[in-house]
Amino acid sequence: MKGDDIVKLSGGEIVIQALKDEGVEYVFGYPGGAVLHIYDAIYNQSDVEHILVRHEQGATHAADGYARSTGKPGVVLVTSGPGATNAITGIATAHLDSIPLIVLTGQVTSAFIGSDAFQEVDSVGISRPCVKHNFLVKRVEDIAETMKKAFHIATTGRPGPVVVDIPKDITDPAIKIDYVYPENLNIRSYNPTVQGNQRQIKKAVELILAAKRPMIYSGGGVILSNASEELTAFTQQLGFPITQTLMGLGAYPASGKESLGMLGMHGTYEANMAMHDCDTLVAIGARFDDRVTGELEKFCPHAKIIHVDIDPSSIAKNVQVDVPIVGDVKHVLVELSKELKLNKNKPDTKALEKWWKQIEGWKAGNCLRYDRNSALIKPQFVVEELHKVTNGDAFITSDVGQHQMFAAQFYPFDKPRQWINSGGLGTMGFGLPAALGVQLAHKDAVVACITGEASIQMCIQELSTALQYDLPVKIIMLNNRYMGMVRQWQEFFYESRYSQSYLKALPDFVKLAESYGHVGMQIDKPADVNGALTEAFAMKDKLVFMDFITDQTENVYPMIAAGKGHHEMHLQEECIPAQSSDRELA
Amino acid sequence: MRHIISILIENEAGALSRVAGLFSARGYNIESLTVAVTEDASLSRMTIVTSGSESIIEQINKQLNKLVDVVKVADITEGAHIERELMMVKVDAKEAASRDELQRLADIFKGRIVDVSDNIFTVELTGEGEKLDSFLKALNDVSIIETVRSGATGIARGKKALQV
Repeated sequence: MKGDDIVKLSGGEIVIQALKDEGVEYVFGYPGGAVLHIYDAIYNQSDVEHILVRHEQGATHAADGYARSTGKPGVVLVTSGPGATNAITGIATAHLDSIPLIVLTGQVTSAFIGSDAFQEVDSVGISRPCVKHNFLVKRVEDIAETMKKAFHIATTGRPGPVVVDIPKDITDPAIKIDYVYPENLNIRSYNPTVQGNQRQIKKAVELILAAKRPMIYSGGGVILSNASEELTAFTQQLGFPITQTLMGLGAYPASGKESLGMLGMHGTYEANMAMHDCDTLVAIGARFDDRVTGELEKFCPHAKIIHVDIDPSSIAKNVQVDVPIVGDVKHVLVELSKELKLNKNKPDTKALEKWWKQIEGWKAGNCLRYDRNSALIKPQFVVEELHKVTNGDAFITSDVGQHQMFAAQFYPFDKPRQWINSGGLGTMGFGLPAALGVQLAHKDAVVACITGEASIQMCIQELSTALQYDLPVKIIMLNNRYMGMVRQWQEFFYESRYSQSYLKALPDFVKLAESYGHVGMQIDKPADVNGALTEAFAMKDKLVFMDFITDQTENVYPMIAAGKGHHEMHLQEECIPAQSSDRELA
Repeated sequence: MRHIISILIENEAGALSRVAGLFSARGYNIESLTVAVTEDASLSRMTIVTSGSESIIEQINKQLNKLVDVVKVADITEGAHIERELMMVKVDAKEAASRDELQRLADIFKGRIVDVSDNIFTVELTGEGEKLDSFLKALNDVSIIETVRSGATGIARGKKALQV
């Protein structure tokens, strides 16, 4: 705003005006005592739409789904005390997956802070270990600048959630001050590195061009950096095989011929074997998570490693690398591609041909096979049919467990931001509220939530939010009456002692959906799967809750158990693929 | 290996808990931690003595730099540096002999007796940790009532400086 039209606003109004100035469309929240002044400011305007959830965890996941599907920050508004503590799970979820969120928490009146007042918790203290940064605003004069800082920090560098704790008294409508939203910021202690070091880039290119068995391993950082195009160009320029992490799926099209699918604990045989055997690994926007690496001592034993990441602390945290490049993935990929063209050497096509032949051998084992003649519905089949019915074009959110892995394995994602799941924290209850956030951001898009009967019950109350805002998401529930992944581990590692993983008393999900004002369907025969999905997705204006009664004993394969390397996967029994080329390599 | 990490951090409420919380959450050691404001009132300087393998120290450096409030981090043990710690020891010296002994030890260690009341003496001593340990050892016959140590602080020798 210019000097001549300065307006006087209360603290509560400043909070909302700052959101407008940041271009925020939606605030996901739940009112309470400490934020009533802010809610009054919301009431008096219509630029920022408030989405009333049914539990603060739902608010954070919905804002998170909005953020993941758009690349814009998600905004949450909750009250002090339990409002803030309920939001913590969602904040931690966003933190581990580096998702930009602004979480505004009400705080008790300044004079009461520290007195164990009603609905008082130390929100800054509680959230500290699971945010990128947080603030307690002490004066009404500081609100605008703090909001600016919060958005800046949340969305730049390695993104993440920022909590802004606002005591009630500084939002008092009786105290109005001049409002000016800062245009620029200089935070001397915060300057993320964007450009990669040129010398390191040159070194990386030398390694890449000398590779005989190269492998690209890319992660969620590519999506966060909007570098999907650059990654695709880089990969195709080289003709190297590429595998993607759970968080990175879609950055490189799954249907692309260089794609080996996902790697890691439930990655494909070909991706994991290629990781084990490669001589040069190019890690891009990925953080060598334990679910990806397996046993660190057995990780990529033959490889020189190049690691591109915007967060210096990601580099050499779990795995020592040969060429670290700190910078924004998008910038670094452009530089790498440029440098590759300038270099007089070219990739060793003969060696590559031999490497691809080896990979094709691994692929031929068809590690993702399952029994297609089963009389019971196989969860994999449902996901495959979902892919067909939605033309591979839907936004897919998921909860956490077997269904999440089946979704990642059997719904090939060709676009970034299409696959929305809690990869780092592994938060059950994420899928449904996240789907609501995605649908709000993409009103005409098809949004499906793949879930299980255990996960969905952790945030089932958001069915009510979906009705209030007419959000026609489709819930694909793979109902095996077990916490499937827990059951699988108990079968493998606890001699089938299914301790507390069986859900004895389940609701009638069809009636439950109906009582919330939605459509419910139950499907228990494989022959009905496609028809039911087609019928459900034809109901464009309705939330349809589909309860698929699936095979209780199905497991997720391949699987790398604790302490094992990439070449030591559990596979479906009938799957006998080619072995590692280890002997030749030695 | 023992390292002395110096940190310049915004002098704001909660800054200390961000650093302390980082160390406890990631399982890093803190042998000692000192903090005080600098000549620039907007900055605090923190000195942390820690230990760990090279890769852990590298992570500590990176993780500290990642904290939004941290302006600068340096491992001063990487180069020539001066390290100092302040200690005050309160002793009971009823016997004339032990009073003499105390005075003599304080002189040898370049300490000072800073308070005397009844038979209670307080000695102030500055130096590297090892020197303070030796002094305590040398006091063997004098009965110690109370000891307080500041934890180490340090500064690089020569031109090298931690500044904005």
